[in-house]
Amino acid sequence: MKMRQLLLALTFATTGTLAVTGLGLGLVIGQTTAAKAEGIRSGYSYATKETQGLQDDDMSNPGYLWVDTGEDLWSKAEGDAGKSCNDCHGDAAESMKKAGVSYPKYKDDIGKLQNIEQRINQCRTDNMKAKAWKWESSQLLGMTTYVRNQSRGLPVSVAVDGPAAPFFAKGEAFFNQRRGLLDMACKHCHEDNAGNKIRANVLSEGQINGFPVYRLKWGKVGSTHRRFRGCNKQVRAKPFKNGSDEYVNLELYVAWRGRGLGVETPAVRN
Amino acid sequence: MKMHRLIGAAAIVAASISLTLVANAGTVSYQIVDDGIPKSLTGTAGNAQAGRKVAYNRKTGNCLACHKAPIPEQQFHGEIGPDLKGVASRYSEAELRLRIVDSKKTNSDTIMPAFYRDTGFTRLQKKWVGKSILKAQEVEDLLAYLMTLK
Repeated sequence: MKMRQLLLALTFATTGTLAVTGLGLGLVIGQTTAAKAEGIRSGYSYATKETQGLQDDDMSNPGYLWVDTGEDLWSKAEGDAGKSCNDCHGDAAESMKKAGVSYPKYKDDIGKLQNIEQRINQCRTDNMKAKAWKWESSQLLGMTTYVRNQSRGLPVSVAVDGPAAPFFAKGEAFFNQRRGLLDMACKHCHEDNAGNKIRANVLSEGQINGFPVYRLKWGKVGSTHRRFRGCNKQVRAKPFKNGSDEYVNLELYVAWRGRGLGVETPAVRN
Repeated sequence: MKMHRLIGAAAIVAASISLTLVANAGTVSYQIVDDGIPKSLTGTAGNAQAGRKVAYNRKTGNCLACHKAPIPEQQFHGEIGPDLKGVASRYSEAELRLRIVDSKKTNSDTIMPAFYRDTGFTRLQKKWVGKSILKAQEVEDLLAYLMTLK
């Protein structure tokens, strides 16, 4: 936080005009990323004005602390190969621009789907000869947030045909499967009742275009799978593990439901 | 959807010519007659005052999560299901009992949980195995409260 504030203060002090322009740009981007796709609504549109405001302004969006973490790690060499992400991929703004819209995707080498977190860790173990980062660690969240942030504003576009089709079908089945003591499927809240209040909270469509997302309830950034686990526990069902095939398949289906929505990472939600 | 309706219709036809006996492991068995459960689950009359608490208590019935109800001192009433005000004018006691016990017996696609069922769940958390959301007397208490909402 301190580092970022200092940096922002410096930007203001040295190049006031640039900073103001930057702020204007931030607002414009904020509006663009929150644009609705036809009949599909981002969680942004259900959020309060205050929460939307936090997301719209990059300087007040706490999720940018994780973007900063990822940016630092991007050029840090780790592992026996002595390589950093930057050594192979160069400027993330170029090389990672499409990554945030297209995952999860089918990978031939593993014969199943892979999401961004898993892609990052595969790069670490296979290419960097470094240890995989733990799920929900500040490093993996930071890198995932940084990578997906490169796609901000671009429409989500995942492949669900060809070899991905059977996994997509499993994700869809998961979404419609009742579970837990409350015996509810994802679809009962997020399809049949999106926009309706459940006690004090408005149910959203459950879109994931803003993940990893800074959740005020968590006080930090969290992954899509952490959110899936939370939902599963709320209906008193046994959650799956972060990174499980079940959640990656579900992630593909849910990403597809939000096809066309602009990537908002790091979004801010309640 | 058509299939559902067909099954639903078949179930109603079946129910109208015979009684359905539902017996679960840890819950008491009950009979569905037509569109309701005519007999009390416990034989002990429900306490409407206790039932009102079941309706708003987040750890028991939490009806307010989805329904509005004339419980003004509680903030935040949900808007998923119908307003419970006047519910006793719309349904008989037997019909309401079935809707609390297992709403899916009347509407297979409903979001509403079965409040008195302890089997047939997918990936149930360990701590809930063999348990229903409400105990039999809580169902009767809640029902007594709902019956005051004419």
